[in-house]
Amino acid sequence: MNPRNPHLEPERYELREGPAYHFRFDRRGFFKALGGGIVVVSFIARAKAQESGGGRGRGRAMPQEIAAWLHIDPNGGVTVYTGKVEVGQNARTSLTQAVAEELGAPVSAIELVMGDTERTPYDMGTFGSMTTPQMVPQLRKAASAARALLPAGPWESIDFSEIAKNEVLVKGVTGGSKPKPADQWKVLGTSVPKVNAREIVTGKHQYTPDVKLPDMLHGRVLRPEKFEAKLVSLDSSAAEKIPGVTVVHDGEFVGVAATTPHAAATALGVLKAQWKAQPQTSAKTLFHDLQQPIATENGERRSANEKGSVETGLAGAAHKLDSTFTVAYIAHAPLEPRAAVAQWNGEKLTVWTGTQRPFGVQSELAQAFHIPEQNARVLMPDTGSGYGGKHTGEAAIEAARLAKAAGKPVKLVWTREEEFTWAYFRPAGVIQVRSGVDASGRIMAWEFHNYNSGASGINTLYDIPNQKIAFHPSKYPLRQGSYRGLAATANHFAREVHMDELATAAGIEPLQFRLRNLKDERFKAVLLAAADRFGWGKRKAAAGVGFGIAGGFEKGSYVAACAEVHCESGKPPRILRIVESFECGAIVNPDQLKNQVEGSIVQGLGGALFEAVDFEDGKILNPRFSRYRVPRFSDVPHIEVVLLDRKDLPSAGAGETPIVTVAPAIANAIFSATGERHRAMPLIRRQQSNGASIGAAI
Amino acid sequence: MPRIFELVVNGVRHSVDAEPARTLLTVLRDELDLTGTKYGCGEGQCGACTVMIDGIATRSCQTGAAAAAGKRITTIEGLEQHGKLHPVQAAFLEADAMQCGYCTAGMIVAGAALLEKNANPSEAEIAEAMQGNMCRCGTYPRIVAAIMAASRMMKRNAA
Repeated sequence: MNPRNPHLEPERYELREGPAYHFRFDRRGFFKALGGGIVVVSFIARAKAQESGGGRGRGRAMPQEIAAWLHIDPNGGVTVYTGKVEVGQNARTSLTQAVAEELGAPVSAIELVMGDTERTPYDMGTFGSMTTPQMVPQLRKAASAARALLPAGPWESIDFSEIAKNEVLVKGVTGGSKPKPADQWKVLGTSVPKVNAREIVTGKHQYTPDVKLPDMLHGRVLRPEKFEAKLVSLDSSAAEKIPGVTVVHDGEFVGVAATTPHAAATALGVLKAQWKAQPQTSAKTLFHDLQQPIATENGERRSANEKGSVETGLAGAAHKLDSTFTVAYIAHAPLEPRAAVAQWNGEKLTVWTGTQRPFGVQSELAQAFHIPEQNARVLMPDTGSGYGGKHTGEAAIEAARLAKAAGKPVKLVWTREEEFTWAYFRPAGVIQVRSGVDASGRIMAWEFHNYNSGASGINTLYDIPNQKIAFHPSKYPLRQGSYRGLAATANHFAREVHMDELATAAGIEPLQFRLRNLKDERFKAVLLAAADRFGWGKRKAAAGVGFGIAGGFEKGSYVAACAEVHCESGKPPRILRIVESFECGAIVNPDQLKNQVEGSIVQGLGGALFEAVDFEDGKILNPRFSRYRVPRFSDVPHIEVVLLDRKDLPSAGAGETPIVTVAPAIANAIFSATGERHRAMPLIRRQQSNGASIGAAI
Repeated sequence: MPRIFELVVNGVRHSVDAEPARTLLTVLRDELDLTGTKYGCGEGQCGACTVMIDGIATRSCQTGAAAAAGKRITTIEGLEQHGKLHPVQAAFLEADAMQCGYCTAGMIVAGAALLEKNANPSEAEIAEAMQGNMCRCGTYPRIVAAIMAASRMMKRNAA
């Protein structure tokens, strides 16, 4: 039950487990309950089974080769079942569009059931920008097959009551169907508004903390005073005297359940616990500590990429550079904290919880309570964001433990301080770059070492003959895991700031320097699109103002940003304008894509400028919004988004990559304004309460 | 303070039996089932819990429930009138000024309260008035645009 298991949350993107079993699919039994209509099941090709479906599949309600399925009822209502979930990235709308496009049905006729482990097919999780490239094609396939079973003509003219009356017509489809090319799209490629926006603006949508069950109690969990602390003793007598209070003490887990949140807080407050903990490190020595790499479990470095010889390249270089970059720990701080409502019915458990991995949480619950997976049902209401921070099921397990003891349903909503302390963080890191450029401005050597922050986006698209690129896992002090864009932000920060350093050393204008070292046409196109809209090279900066540019590629999409920053001595830099271009293949929903790009820019400002988790000896020192600064209205610069629609290319996901160029573009603009090179995220140097200077270069 | 007190929420009188120390936020959510108002931080920093008390945008997580007795409380559920959305709600829909939507209720109530005070705010005035409302998805530019649009809508309706 210790929520701080250092092995629990590696880079989940790299988690790839194939299914252990393939069972025959007994379709009649499963779909009989629907009464009538048409069911189309989209099967996954075996090779892809581990990505979208797949997993271990033991005791699942549904066979694991199913990617998604849809049901057209005798009234013409369409219900689509997918294991993907909605956390603000707008999957509910884009997936509805995919079905509407192929079925020819209006968007309003389609309802999505998402992330319910009993009714939707297994899905590894909603992360890694995989919903658009994987689930959109699966649903289009199913919808297109369903359309073929219906009479021709407009949707409104179909008499659904005549179709498969009183029985369910089931059809399975695997690969092979040919979806409509993007230049013939009528619903995909258009700005369909968020399908459940009205429930949100009226306050009717029920997030997990809004779920209420009859006789439900409210839970709280006693947290250790430090990370890794062991419980030495507990006196719960005062709490147990409060009427209606249940106290649970099970190993390291201590929690209470009571009839109101107030009573639960009161009971928690009178628990007397003694903890014992070992001394732990602090933010002060973080970047030194992270450079002590460890071998991974199989004794090898996680990733290394070598081409030519860096030493030979450096020997022939006219200018050589060696730089070190640092990236602080930051928190996701989703506005909806972790929450769960758990209900037991005998040996069967049902949990509503906000998670990006409902099936992962189902497995966690099955393990924690020693029950078969089919006895644990997880439902995921559309959730108040995740940003990669909600892959785990802590609140679900805690609520279920309390509910088991109390014999009643229990709701548990983490406090903001718990969310800032007991969730996990975006990994901090140190990045060392060594490079050389020849007299003509061609990069001859590139050596890049990332310590701890991760391997996403670590490879360079610049055309460099001699390269050595490696990720080194480290022993790390805080629980860490996925975050929007993951390490691609850190790696792009180091790479794109260092590219600017090389351009300066070579005496070449930064955009031209990048183009000179690039062959990738899609990369060039986003750089030129951002530069063109920004007026790069055409405008003269006012006094104290600098312009910066950065570009990148990750998860199938390309991005470039230009920043305009005003710097005044003794004051934090002020971001005046950001122009960002983005290309992710054929655009699924232009306005919602723009929304994601704008949001990535704004969220990216926090990590770029001021977000940093401060910690010392097993405690988070800034676990509140009053101490942990996130972007607010007044931080937002003038933002312009340029979308490049490549109808000839498959659609890639777009929720993450637009964040990666924000920090380097700003850092490069600060250099152009002041001549000062900043190599630390966050860029604004700040003295922490424990004397550590987050944001300072090492 | 009495344990039983009366709250007037969205024009409806409720007799509430709750510990006097309870915040207005938990009474709205857990006793009156008005869950549109959200918990985000519990220290008045994020604005997800914003309600109007006598027309003023107020952090319900920082307000004692009993202290709000007898005052006019408006929550997100009270803005829609006879099936017609408040102009700020309509403008949020029109501008798609949300992603995950968890901050939206607080944003809309804060925006509606701002327009009651200042029917014609500039972008800078909106940013200043809304500085205490957080959107972690970063939809601030759309929220500003939505409140500007709502202001225009209300002027047209009044004309």
